[in-house]
Amino acid sequence: MKTLLEVKNLKINLDENNIVKDLSFQLKEGEILTILGPNGSGKSVLIKTLLGIFPYEGEIIWHKKPKIGYLPQNLNQIGLKNYPLTVFDFFKLKNERLTKKEMIKYLEIVGLKEEILDKTVGVLSGGEFQRVLIAWVLISKPELVFFDEPTSGIDLSKEETIYSLLKKIKEKENLTIILITHDLSVIYKYSDNVLCLTHKKHFCYGKPKEILKEGNLKEIYGENIGIYKHK
Amino acid sequence: MEFISTNNMEQAILTITSAIFISSAAAYLGTLMLSRKMSVITDPLAHLAFPGVTLALILGIEISFGIFPFIIIGALLIWLLEKRTKLPFENLSAVIFAIGVGTALVFLPIEKAEEALVGVIDNITLSETLFITLTSLTSIVLTRKIYSKIMLINIDEELATAEKINVDKYNLIYLLNIALVIGLGVYLVGGLITAALVAIPAATSRNLSKNLSSYQTMSVIFGILSSITGITTAHLTNLPTGPMIIVANAILFILSLAFSRKRS
Repeated sequence: MKTLLEVKNLKINLDENNIVKDLSFQLKEGEILTILGPNGSGKSVLIKTLLGIFPYEGEIIWHKKPKIGYLPQNLNQIGLKNYPLTVFDFFKLKNERLTKKEMIKYLEIVGLKEEILDKTVGVLSGGEFQRVLIAWVLISKPELVFFDEPTSGIDLSKEETIYSLLKKIKEKENLTIILITHDLSVIYKYSDNVLCLTHKKHFCYGKPKEILKEGNLKEIYGENIGIYKHK
Repeated sequence: MEFISTNNMEQAILTITSAIFISSAAAYLGTLMLSRKMSVITDPLAHLAFPGVTLALILGIEISFGIFPFIIIGALLIWLLEKRTKLPFENLSAVIFAIGVGTALVFLPIEKAEEALVGVIDNITLSETLFITLTSLTSIVLTRKIYSKIMLINIDEELATAEKINVDKYNLIYLLNIALVIGLGVYLVGGLITAALVAIPAATSRNLSKNLSSYQTMSVIFGILSSITGITTAHLTNLPTGPMIIVANAILFILSLAFSRKRS
């Protein structure tokens, strides 16, 4: 796998507060990298810095400029409920040239039917809404996708979580994924590498098995954590 | 019954033409403004028309030369200050409004600004009508151009940034467009109630529509309908025109509530 991104000695300050320092990691094409850490440890800030929203010191080297898709944290239906937007309208906001055929193709990839195009976004169920958002991000054919805590506790159906869906799509569409999550079980199952951030500005980076040792987790989340595997 | 002379007929055509263009531009832009932050910004900006009109009257120039500079400078200041201070829009518009009107009250005889209070649509001149038509069309084209981008920014600013939308740039065009529409609204209904031209048709349409295109179309139709009804009834009853337009808007809104209740 080719290296897509190299980050070396990254330092991010926002309003004179140091958020991240001495951070280094790599991202290879086609991998799923999970970013782990407690609230306020700088996960979202790191993603936004990679997206070019925040200034930084150190090096962010893109070996290839990928087409990027981004699903921000806490994007909920409330912002959309102000307007009578259908799923079709919502796609059109992204790109007026999108055709119905393309929309249907991507809706099918995320397991939705054509009929949903005429539904108002505000009345979709939580699971449907998450799927629509993923299709919305994927329709511009990104090569690298950032998902900032995509579930917020929603399972898509009994058999499927947002992560299994992402993994399935990843294999089909040849995506590289950077994922922020709190869900440790996801990391075992779906990530190739893990990057963890802590309040003390320490970080760890490596394979899930190396990272998810109790000592490390105590460092990340504090003393009161234990590991018990799901199922 | 009053005899309709050629003069009256000409005036009626100018009045109705101006009203149609102003209410279309306002109702279309209004469909973007159904968010908390933006609906509170119109009134303070519209009130800036008072010092503008007073100044124009004192200098003996066309009132548009008074209205537009004040409102546009107000909008620019709000945009600049928001970037600099990170204070919320709502707060800044109140600050700008207070400074503008306060200063004007010190130096200008504000009681002369009656035209800014009730609008001048009944006595609109040919040159004003041309100016209004052009400015309204400019605003409609601008709204069309920024529509999707502003809608995405309204939904989620970060999502918009990730879509490579220059949020600052589009917010500036949006604010200037709001300033244009508010300036136009002052002609039609005066500076006190301009916000209604923007807010009510969109709200009425929101109650009834299920998708974006019907939402936009119905908003414009309700805007035009209210203006024409308002002007006609005001003429027949000898009541003030601007407020009658708002009353017509309000009636449509109440009717739409009944309909949306039935539907759900």
